Amino acid sequence: MSVAALTDVAVDYDRGPALGPISLSIGAGEAVALVGPSGCGKSTALRLLAGLEAPTRGEVVRAPGRGETAVVFQAPTLAPWLSAGANVALPLELAGMAKAEARRRADAALARVGLAGAEAARPAQLSGGMAMRVSLARALVTDPKLLLLDEPFAALDEITRRALADDVLALWAASRPAIVFVTHNVEEAVYMASRVVVLSRGPGRIAGDFAVEGPMPRPAHFRTHAGFRAVAEQVSAALAQGVAG
Amino acid sequence: MIRLAPVILTALLLAIWEVACRALHVAPYFLPPPSGVAVALRDDFPVLLAAAWRTLSTALIALVLASLIAQALAIVTALSPILDRAIRPLASVVQVTPVIAIAPLVLIWAGLDHPERALVSLAVLVAFFPIFSGAAAGLRSADPDLERLFALYGAGRWQKVTRLRLPSAVPFLLEGHKVGAGLALIGAVVAEFSAGSGGVRGLAWQILDASNKLQTARMIAALVVLGAMGVALHALLEALERVGLKWWRGR
Repeated sequence: MSVAALTDVAVDYDRGPALGPISLSIGAGEAVALVGPSGCGKSTALRLLAGLEAPTRGEVVRAPGRGETAVVFQAPTLAPWLSAGANVALPLELAGMAKAEARRRADAALARVGLAGAEAARPAQLSGGMAMRVSLARALVTDPKLLLLDEPFAALDEITRRALADDVLALWAASRPAIVFVTHNVEEAVYMASRVVVLSRGPGRIAGDFAVEGPMPRPAHFRTHAGFRAVAEQVSAALAQGVAG
Repeated sequence: MIRLAPVILTALLLAIWEVACRALHVAPYFLPPPSGVAVALRDDFPVLLAAAWRTLSTALIALVLASLIAQALAIVTALSPILDRAIRPLASVVQVTPVIAIAPLVLIWAGLDHPERALVSLAVLVAFFPIFSGAAAGLRSADPDLERLFALYGAGRWQKVTRLRLPSAVPFLLEGHKVGAGLALIGAVVAEFSAGSGGVRGLAWQILDASNKLQTARMIAALVVLGAMGVALHALLEALERVGLKWWRGR
């Protein structure tokens, strides 16, 4: 069953074609990585899947209703005037939930990402990694059917990045939303996804679609497994070919 | 030592002024020495203080009114692109027209029976623009990704204004009010000058009155009070802005 699907979709901006035409279907509970060079339209594809943007041509079909899609951006994108707890409660309050109940669920979501006790902190008081976790908690608090992540860890150091990747996988294993995340890091894509889709240089078309075998969440040392290396090589090759065009 | 530099310079200039007045036998109605100004300040202090309060209250009432009108209009322009296009040029006209030129007209309209209303109206005109343009810019300053999130969560237009755009505008509003408060004081003084003896007996009226009577020391004393009031108002709003920003950012 498909959660969101793009059929022969293309997007043109004023400066020229940005994406496609591509067709891409995201199945329920699937974890899909979207990989491609800068400017290939990865983020545009994500906004189409989120319903935040309309395509110039083609058709977008989305199953999730209002409040069932969540997006995590490259920056934490928190409201600086709200505490961490209030930031996470925001989607629930906007949907009309009573404040006390929204805050209670927000505190639980913060605890899930390892930030119990940080409810009252303001974004300015948090490190980059902690702010990103708050952003993740805000995405999870609505229990989304479709979770979209736009290069969520690009601005973080390698250790924080890997820790957060494992967190996302653990959270995915707990409630199994469909996940689509954009990255230009091949290893991160293969590590976090059950399926890696490679886009060619912009306007992006699909240059490869690979299944990644292996248990989720990933076992220790998964990055050194032969299977992991093999898929990473295939993705890199497809990426190189897509860039050469 | 460096912090004392402005104090030392001021004392030095006052000393030169004092000595020059005495040595050159300058007529007190032309330029009284600082000691003469100090005496006038001491003798007329209750009168000057009352006058200062009248001017300040004109400015503060004008600031509150300008704040309400400017923010309401800024929200309207943020909600409706058509009204935005309609209002902006008019707001600019208000800004570029010198208040001194509008004053006689406003005095006729509002002022025959209630000169204080005319003074407040004129000060509002001057204080309006920095608050309006600050609010308008602030309402557009929200993080575009946060705007996308609000759209994703199905927030309505009004929810976007109250829960995203207005809070995002806070730093701009603080800055706008700081500038607006200074201008409201200037506007109140200019309006008092235009109203002349028909107006409220504020500090500007004291200056005019002292000028007519050639009481130059009282005139300068009134200027000193006006300057002190301006500095105090600016310092107060600067402090409010700092506290407000700290609260907004959370540190």
